[in-house]
Amino acid sequence: MRKPMEFSVEDVACRRGELTVLSGVAFTVRSGQALVLRGPNGSGKTTLLRCLAGLTPPVAGHIGFTADQVAYTGHADALKAQLTVAETLRFWAQVFGVPEIDQAVTQFALTPLLGRRIDTLSAGQRRRVSLARLLLSGRPIWALDEPTVSLDTDAVIQFAAAVTAHLDSGGAAIIATHIDLGLAGARTLDVTPFRAQADQTDDPFLSEGTL
Amino acid sequence: MIALLRRDLALSIRAGGGFGLGLAFFLILCVLVPFGVGPMPALLASIAPGILWVGALLAALLSLDRIFQLDFEDGTLEVLATAPLPLEGVALTKALAHWITTGLPLTMVAAPLGLLLNLPVEAVPALVLGLALGTPALSVIGAFAAALTVGLKRGGLLISLLVLPLYMPTLLYGADAARRGASGLDPSTPLLLLAGISAASVALIPFAAAAALRMNLR
Repeated sequence: MRKPMEFSVEDVACRRGELTVLSGVAFTVRSGQALVLRGPNGSGKTTLLRCLAGLTPPVAGHIGFTADQVAYTGHADALKAQLTVAETLRFWAQVFGVPEIDQAVTQFALTPLLGRRIDTLSAGQRRRVSLARLLLSGRPIWALDEPTVSLDTDAVIQFAAAVTAHLDSGGAAIIATHIDLGLAGARTLDVTPFRAQADQTDDPFLSEGTL
Repeated sequence: MIALLRRDLALSIRAGGGFGLGLAFFLILCVLVPFGVGPMPALLASIAPGILWVGALLAALLSLDRIFQLDFEDGTLEVLATAPLPLEGVALTKALAHWITTGLPLTMVAAPLGLLLNLPVEAVPALVLGLALGTPALSVIGAFAAALTVGLKRGGLLISLLVLPLYMPTLLYGADAARRGASGLDPSTPLLLLAGISAASVALIPFAAAAALRMNLR
């Protein structure tokens, strides 16, 4: 059990490439809380998560936690086809300085897959391996970008259980997703109002309100 | 860092890895050149140091774009960038893995291939020592160029252009050391310069490579 913490973001502006996508983003997540980011495609959810994970420094504002408190998972699975599941997880455990992988393996039901090579796994199974890395990182904030892509219903429930377990142990999660994960007490943040003014009209789909 | 090195080495020797690519290129070059030059052993002996060094350089160049590109494409680089490991360490480790899979085997096969090119036996120690001292610089400089071009499609051409002028000092001193060895002169000056280039590259370039990676991950 971690000690309760509060992670806040104040007036943050972040950019993708040369373009300032979001500005004035502010929210607070406490230990045990999940924040679900919503917004249409291209509204800046990924940009915000990459900014929180320290991949892109914010243009303005203040992030009340450091990048090494954040475990980030992007669109790509970040897996190597030639390695087995066990090798992959052990590698990341070593990178994050964790002694064993058992908890992550059981949490995501990966035991039967341990000896399989990544290139023999289905897309959903790969996703589970990639999400198991979050547990290995041991970091309090999970920043997840569309984590449930290519997961089946059961795997989504498993994933939601893993997130809930993480929250119960005093962690926090910031999740960009389009589906309802059924997380108890999750708050929702719509990023659309934070879109930077200059960028407001160059996406016809968004400016016409068709989504 | 050791875990990353082990993973990179494991990836390079498994199916689809880059191990052996540079080595095969080097072998083919050294086998073909004598046929291309024709039956002139004296000429072959005098150009052998240059051929061996150019071959080593091009063989190292061949696999440079793989250093970061594959990890960039599948998202591993992003996760590594957010991991506790500093990106400087990642860059250095990947350069080391590149050296172990290209520079080191090239150094080891250079002596027998030198004989194939009619390289005088007296030149072999200077050649092998020169390759051992000089090829780390090739890998580290190459890692920097690979880091600069990591987000680009077909960045390989750009890597070659970026890297060739930076490889020039290593080539000059390396070939010079072998040539001095062949003509019975003391090769220690070019060897020391090679060691100096490698030491400076290993010490400084990981920082530049990490900065380039950070820029490209934005």
